[in-house]
Amino acid sequence: MEKSIRNRTILIIIVVLVCIFGIIGFPSTFQRLKDNITDRIKLGLDLKGGTYLVLQVHVEDAVNTTSDLAVSRLRDDLRTRNIPYAEVRKTDATHIMIKGIPQNRWEEVQALAQDQFPDWYVERVAGDPTSRLMTLKTSEVATIKNDAYTEAMATIRRRVDALGITEPEIAEYGQGSYELVVELPGVSDPTRVKDIIQSTAMLELKIVRGGPYSSKEEAMASFGGVLPPDTELLPGTSDSGAPAWYLVDRIAAITGRDLSGAEPSQDANGRPDVNFTLTRAGASRFAEITQRNIGKQLAIILDNRVQSAPVIENQISDRGQIEGNFTTQQVADLALKLRSGALPASISYLQEQTVGPSLGADSIRHGVEACIIGFVAILLFMLVYYRGAGVNADVALILNLLILIAALAYFGGVLTLPGIAGVILTVGMGVDSNVLIFERIREELRMGKTAPAAVAGGFDHAFKTIIDTHVTTVAAAAILFTFGTGPVKGFAVTLTIGLVANLFTSVFVSRVIFDYVLSRRERGEALSV
Amino acid sequence: MEFFHNPQVDWMGKKKYFIVVSVILLIAGIASIIVKHGLQYGIDFRGGTLVYVKFAHNPDLDAIRRQLDQENLHRATLVRYDAESKHEIMIGLDLQTTASQNALDAGKQAIVKALTNLYGRGPAGKIDFNNAGAQTIADHLLVNDPLRLAGKGADVAQNTYSRLAQAMVNYRNTPPREGLIANFSDLSAVPGVNNQVISDLEKDFYLSQFSVFNTQIVGPKVGAKLRQQALYVVLAGLAAMLVYVWFRFELIFGVAAIIATFHDVIITLGIFSLLNKEITLTVIAAFLTLIGYSMNDTIVTFDRIRENMHLNKRENFRDLVNRSINQVLSRTILTSGLTFIAVLALFLFGGEVIHGFSLVLVVGVIIGTYSSFAIASPLVLYWEDRARATAYGGGGVKKSVAPAPAPQPAGKDRRAKREPAGARR
Repeated sequence: MEKSIRNRTILIIIVVLVCIFGIIGFPSTFQRLKDNITDRIKLGLDLKGGTYLVLQVHVEDAVNTTSDLAVSRLRDDLRTRNIPYAEVRKTDATHIMIKGIPQNRWEEVQALAQDQFPDWYVERVAGDPTSRLMTLKTSEVATIKNDAYTEAMATIRRRVDALGITEPEIAEYGQGSYELVVELPGVSDPTRVKDIIQSTAMLELKIVRGGPYSSKEEAMASFGGVLPPDTELLPGTSDSGAPAWYLVDRIAAITGRDLSGAEPSQDANGRPDVNFTLTRAGASRFAEITQRNIGKQLAIILDNRVQSAPVIENQISDRGQIEGNFTTQQVADLALKLRSGALPASISYLQEQTVGPSLGADSIRHGVEACIIGFVAILLFMLVYYRGAGVNADVALILNLLILIAALAYFGGVLTLPGIAGVILTVGMGVDSNVLIFERIREELRMGKTAPAAVAGGFDHAFKTIIDTHVTTVAAAAILFTFGTGPVKGFAVTLTIGLVANLFTSVFVSRVIFDYVLSRRERGEALSV
Repeated sequence: MEFFHNPQVDWMGKKKYFIVVSVILLIAGIASIIVKHGLQYGIDFRGGTLVYVKFAHNPDLDAIRRQLDQENLHRATLVRYDAESKHEIMIGLDLQTTASQNALDAGKQAIVKALTNLYGRGPAGKIDFNNAGAQTIADHLLVNDPLRLAGKGADVAQNTYSRLAQAMVNYRNTPPREGLIANFSDLSAVPGVNNQVISDLEKDFYLSQFSVFNTQIVGPKVGAKLRQQALYVVLAGLAAMLVYVWFRFELIFGVAAIIATFHDVIITLGIFSLLNKEITLTVIAAFLTLIGYSMNDTIVTFDRIRENMHLNKRENFRDLVNRSINQVLSRTILTSGLTFIAVLALFLFGGEVIHGFSLVLVVGVIIGTYSSFAIASPLVLYWEDRARATAYGGGGVKKSVAPAPAPQPAGKDRRAKREPAGARR
């Protein structure tokens, strides 16, 4: 008996020490102690303050980009092989219609498609022998979407990290809906961050083939209504600030992917601009292109808008500037966005929540005060009502909370308001477990059992009930944890940890204390319960 | 110390009253929900914009409303928040008002614009310090360089000014200022801020008379989805509980426990509706607590009933249920009382933010305890009586709702049959 009590006590002490270590570590000073606690007990945004964003990645954009590219590549390929065609047109994001190819050239086209466009099916069109419909494979569509989603997430993470926000959280949200949740602790004015996250920041350098024109209509008119092949019109602003349209190549010479760096800088007149450098491969391509096009204009295009169109005066290899009417702030943000890469798909915001730091602090203070008041009232009452056994209950309840907090610290859990709801239910059920056991012991005593027999009987009977209530609740909590999001999940986490801890404290720990008291007790002395 | 010694209450004899009380509460709640055209959901479920603003002086709500009208925000709701002396209001826009604009935060921008027109318009080109983030302030400090750090390298200057800006923002946000400072000179309380810093700030910034301290914007797609998700997950959780109770007891116990839990949820929802409280995501967490608590209480009672059924197979079931409830009564009162004290403390001292949350808990503890003996136990009794009636009657002779044809018809000699529970063994 004595030995078993000693062994069980050692186990309890080890658990307590591990928990205390988890919460405070090995602090050398009081300040370190405080730092460690605030470091390890992480508070959710609702308590700490910060910005919470849910955003949608429009992954269809990436599919569209793929099919756009396929169309222009297909036209190029047909032309280089001298295969005449009437029309190569995208009908929707995953379909391309090819029309007017002579019957005798179809075999060639088929071979070309198999070779160059393995992700596409080519099918006959009913009633039109000169046409084919190309369809992007479903598996490829899924891959493109998932890749775009993952890449968008990585890009956003790089941008948020570059902004120097501490402990941002970027995670998938929902299932299969391509949504992201971004949590930015301490950010109380999200305007700038939102802007930086959302902008595509797609940089393209293209050779100018015509313009600038003062309007789109003027540009179209100068080509008789039909643009030259493989060119497009893009808007921009002229030096005087008036709108200007440029005719540029459809395919970019250099894109943001060829950048090796981008830094805010100033031009010769002291106006803010962005300096960029190119990777080795990009630089050699750029050198070749600029040499071939000396005297022509090079359009520097950001998100399909021409920022500037300087004349190429001599061969340029690995660096360039992006100029425009920028402020210092805009230049810094643009450089950051270019460094972190372009988003593969556009993004829109679904939800935005900003909790001011004072509101969070306020709700913590009130909530913690209220919880402490309630908790102390319970502890006192247990002591008064159950006297000696009240100590067991109080030790069990305090230890329960200690384990709960330590588990959150170890697993990196976050304490939110709904999480506190879980703690409240844990405390309620913890009190209940103790009361169940004590009432049962009292019952057994009333039936005339000896103190040790009453304690054993009380624990045995109450344990069945406690297991039932706990398993029922944990079963539900497991469902909430698996399928729930946000607050529902936060509630389930603290509740599950709390209830498991409660089984240990109010059954195991409390029993050890009882056994210890019984072993020290004089024969015939009444049990204080 | 002991409150109850050997209670002998005939709970099942009072089931008629319980049913009347429950039905009245249910009808009142459901009626209120129907009259008010359904439950009132918070912004997080409904979609829309909610902006919390603190003012330096007592705000003029009528003037604000007129200004909002000018920004085409006709259906905005303006509510005072917390104590009047704190000068805080809550401005809400529903989806219809904001849906026309494409940006998610268009509603917020319009509100801020209206308030700026009314309370905060500063000199042209200057930025509002009270609504500025640390980053903006740091950038301006960096440009002005009041501490003359230019020669010490870009990193030193950048770090120093970011830290300084953050310290100023923290100072501005801590109570009693809570997001609003009245004079730039107040900032001299922040370590590292000297007169040069203050005069440089005054060049670029001004101080508005209001500050947006909390924003919540929910797009149209999210709200409905969240509502649906929360509902499904809670139902799945209940199903898990039902399965476990079925497995450990009998199906009827599981069904009775679930019905009792639904009873609690509906009554609490009704009280919420009567008090015009909104259902938010946080409130959902409180409802989950209520469900867990109610279930816990019911299972404790059922456990005792099951135990007594094994100990004493011959006993009239109705007496057995009564005796079981009486046996756990002491623990029920204690546990519920203590939990009630804890959540009452949260309700009274927990502050405005969690008011709806703690209200659910306070109501839930009472109703969850009540339903264990008043709803769940009578349901089990009713079912067992029917089952026994079928068995005695040799197959459906008398299956009606009539009292149980147990060996001794209940009702008349109720008093005589009572005996001390403990003495039975």
